[in-house]
Amino acid sequence: MSGAVASLAPTRAPLRHSGVDKPLLRFITCGSVDDGKSTLIGRLLYDADLAPDDMLATLESDSRKHGTQGEDLDFALLVDGLAAEREQGITIDVAYRYFATDKRKFIVADTPGHEQYTRNMAVGASTAEVAILLVDARKGILPQTRRHSVITSMFGVRHVVVAVNKMDLVDYSEDVFRKIEQDFRDFAKHLRFSSIYVAPLVAKDGENLVHAGTKMPWHKGPPLLAYLEGVAVEDTTRIAPFRYPVQWVNRPNLDFRGFSGFISGGNIRPGDIVRILPAGRDTRVARIVTYDGDLESGVSGQSVTLTLNEEIDISRGDMLCSPVSPAKVGDRLTAQILWLVREPLVVGKSYLLKIGTKITPAAISSVESRIEIETGLDAPLEPGATLQFNEIGEASLSLETMIACDPFIENRETGGFILIDRITNETAAVGMVKTVASSLSRPAPSLTDLSYASMEGVASAANANASGTWRLGKSLVFGGIAGLTTFGIAAAFAQDAGLATRIALAETGAIVILHYLFEKLWRTPQETKESHNEPPPFEGEGL
Amino acid sequence: MSALPTRALGHLDRLEAESIHIMREAVAETERPVMLYSIGKDSAAMLHVAMKAFYPSKPPFPLLHVNTRWKFREMIEFRDKLVKDLGLELLEYINPEGVEKNINPFDHGSKLHTQIMKTEALKQALEKWKFDAAFGGARRDEEKSRAKERVLSFRTAQHRWDPKNQRPEFWRLYNTRKSQSESLRIFPMSNWTEADVWDYIARENIPVVPLYFAKERPVVARDGTLIMVDDDRMKLRPGEKIENKMVRFRTLGCYPLTGGFESSAATLEDIIAEMRASRSSERQGRLIDHDGSSSMEQKKQEGYF
Repeated sequence: MSGAVASLAPTRAPLRHSGVDKPLLRFITCGSVDDGKSTLIGRLLYDADLAPDDMLATLESDSRKHGTQGEDLDFALLVDGLAAEREQGITIDVAYRYFATDKRKFIVADTPGHEQYTRNMAVGASTAEVAILLVDARKGILPQTRRHSVITSMFGVRHVVVAVNKMDLVDYSEDVFRKIEQDFRDFAKHLRFSSIYVAPLVAKDGENLVHAGTKMPWHKGPPLLAYLEGVAVEDTTRIAPFRYPVQWVNRPNLDFRGFSGFISGGNIRPGDIVRILPAGRDTRVARIVTYDGDLESGVSGQSVTLTLNEEIDISRGDMLCSPVSPAKVGDRLTAQILWLVREPLVVGKSYLLKIGTKITPAAISSVESRIEIETGLDAPLEPGATLQFNEIGEASLSLETMIACDPFIENRETGGFILIDRITNETAAVGMVKTVASSLSRPAPSLTDLSYASMEGVASAANANASGTWRLGKSLVFGGIAGLTTFGIAAAFAQDAGLATRIALAETGAIVILHYLFEKLWRTPQETKESHNEPPPFEGEGL
Repeated sequence: MSALPTRALGHLDRLEAESIHIMREAVAETERPVMLYSIGKDSAAMLHVAMKAFYPSKPPFPLLHVNTRWKFREMIEFRDKLVKDLGLELLEYINPEGVEKNINPFDHGSKLHTQIMKTEALKQALEKWKFDAAFGGARRDEEKSRAKERVLSFRTAQHRWDPKNQRPEFWRLYNTRKSQSESLRIFPMSNWTEADVWDYIARENIPVVPLYFAKERPVVARDGTLIMVDDDRMKLRPGEKIENKMVRFRTLGCYPLTGGFESSAATLEDIIAEMRASRSSERQGRLIDHDGSSSMEQKKQEGYF
C-alpha cells in the first residue's frame, strides 16, 4: 500500500473490529526522539486496517499542514494528539491506543522519547506487559534507549522487543543489525527481562510490521504484529497469595457492613481465613458480595465487597491477606525510586506515601545509591548528593505509621508506591519496595482460635512458607499437650504433684525444643529447594 | 487455603473492575463528588458501573445534567424515568445567562452555544454546589487529545486543563490531592472503546435512549448530515425540506448539532453489527469537533469536559 496522500480509496473493506472477550495485551512503545514510535503505531493501525476513514481524512489534511514526510502521509500524526505535539513533531505525553485483531485486544501506550518527559514513559511502563524499544539503525543503542530499558525493567515489564527501525537508511545491512542486537543483549544481561526479541524494520514503509518484508531475507523472525499476537505473558498476581487493600467501608444500613476493594493477588472463598494487617488479627470471610449476586470465589483482578464473620474495626488502608503468606508489616522501607519533579529529593522532608489504599506521612532517611543508566547498575552516591529530576536510586524510607506491603518483585500491586509533595500536591516520586522492617520490636499478635485454624491450614499445605513465629507457636502447642498428659500420668504413678510437675516440665521443654528444631531443620531445606524456582532476588545485580 | 480453579476474566470484566476501582478511590478521597450524566450510552454504561461499584449501597453522589435546552426530547424523558427507577438524585443545571440571552445553536453558531451552554454552564454548576470532583464518561479512543488525558484530570480555579503538566499515574495509584481552588475530572471509563461500551450494554442489558435505534424520524439534510426536527424551534434554511427517513444516532447531544444517518439497525445486535462494519469513527456526527484538529483540546483547556 503506497503512502501517497491521495490513496484513500473509498472502497476499502470494513474495519477490523474487536469481538467480545479476547485476551488482552498491554504494551508500550518507547525510544529516543525521532526513532519513529508514533510512526510505527500509526503505520501499524493503517496497515492492519484499523484506522477509521474520517481519521485518515484528518491525517491527510494534517500531513499537508505539519507533515515531516513531504508528499507522503505522516503516520505519526495519526497518534500525536496535542497541538503542541503536532507543531513540534514530537510526542509529549503518553497516548493510549486501542485496537484488536482476530486474535487479541491491545492497549498501546505510546510514550514520549524526550528525556524531559521520561516520567510519562514510566507511566506507560507501569501497566505494560511487553515493551517495544525503538532503535534508529543509524544510531544504535543510545543512552535514552538504555534509560528506557532500565525503567521498563524496573517497572516489571518482562518481555521486550527491540525494533531496529529505519533499516532502509543503512541499506538493510545485516551486519549493522547484528551489531545492535549484540550491543543490546550485552547491556540487558543486568536487567530482568525474561525474553528479548530483536527485529529489523522500516516503520514508515510498513516493512516487517504487519507483513513480513522482502528487503531483509536474512531475518527469520515474525513480523511485529504476529509477535504481539502470539507472545505469552504470565499473570503473576493470579498465583500470588491473597491480597486485598480495603478501599471503602460499605455501610448502606445498620445490618450490613462490607469492605469494598480490588483483589490485588490470589483468590478468596467464603469461609477462608484472612489476616487483617497491620493489626494482625485473623477472621473469616462470610460473603463475597457483588451487584450480580454473591460469588463462590473471587480472583485477582476483580472488584468485590467482602463481609466478615465478626464485627471488626477495619478501615480504608488496611489490608486483608492470606494468613499463610501474609504481607510484610513495617514502617521502614528500602526501595528503588524514580524522582519525578524538578525540585531534587530532600532527605528528611516529609512527603505523603501512598501504597495500595494507604496514605501515610513518610520521609526519605537516606539515599544509598544512584542507578547508572548506562549500565543499569548501582553506583555509590558522592557525599551530599541526592536524586535529581528523572534519576533513579535506592533509598531508605521512614514511615509515620505501620503499613502492610510486599516486595515489588513479589507483587506489582502491593509493592509499588508514590510519594506526594505535601505543598505542591505533585507526585514527586514513584517507588518499588525492596525490603520492609519495623522500628519497634513489636510482640507477635496474640494467637486466637482462628490463628490455630490457619496453622493447620499451613500444615496441610505441606509446602507453605512457615515463619519462625508459628513454628515456635506450634512447637509450644505440641509440647504443652504432651506436658499435660505426662503430668497426669506421673501424678497418678508417683502420687506427688511436685515431682509430676518437674517431670512434665522437663518433657514439655524437650518436646518444644525437639519439635522446633524438627520444623526448622527438616522442613526448611525443602522450602529452600522450592524457592530456587523463583526469580533471582532483587538485591542481585542491577534491576 | 486449598487450590481453586482459576476463573478467566474477560476483557469486559477487567474494564468493569478497573472502573469500579477508580470510582471507589475517588469517592474515598474527595469531599463532594458528582457524576456528570449526559444521558448518552457512555453515561448509561458509567452509571451502571457506579450502581455495581457501591452495591449494596447506592452511589454516594448525585447525578448532574448540564442542560442546554436543546437536547432531544426523548433524552429528557429517558433521563427522568431512569432516575426515578433507580431512586437516584438528579441535579439539572441550565446557564441562566444563556437563557436570558436566548443563546441557541441557530443564531449563535455551535461554538458560542457550546461555550456558554455547556462549558460555562458546567463551571457554574460545579461552583454552585461546591463539587470538587466530577465523574465523566469520556473515553480515550474518542478523540486524539482525549487519548492523552489521564484518568484524573486536574483543573485550575478557572477550570482550565494544562495538557503539558499532567500528573503521572502509576499502576492503580491515583494522587487525588489538590488545593482548595482546584477541581478534579475523573474518567473511570478511560480505557473502554466504543465497541466495549456497546458490548457491555448488550451483556448487562442496560437501557439506552431509543434514538440510538433506527426509526422513521423527520429530518433535514444539512452540512452533509441529517438533522432531526425535534421541535418547532428548528429553523429551516432556504431550500431545505423535512423528510421522514429511517435514521439513528451514534452519539447524542443537542439535536441541531447532532447528525444522524440512515440505518435500519433497530436492535442492539444490529447496532453492534453495524458498528463493526463501519469505516468511520463515532464523533464524525458531532459538528462541534470539526472546527479544526485541535478544537477539542482547545475546548478542554477552556474547561469543556
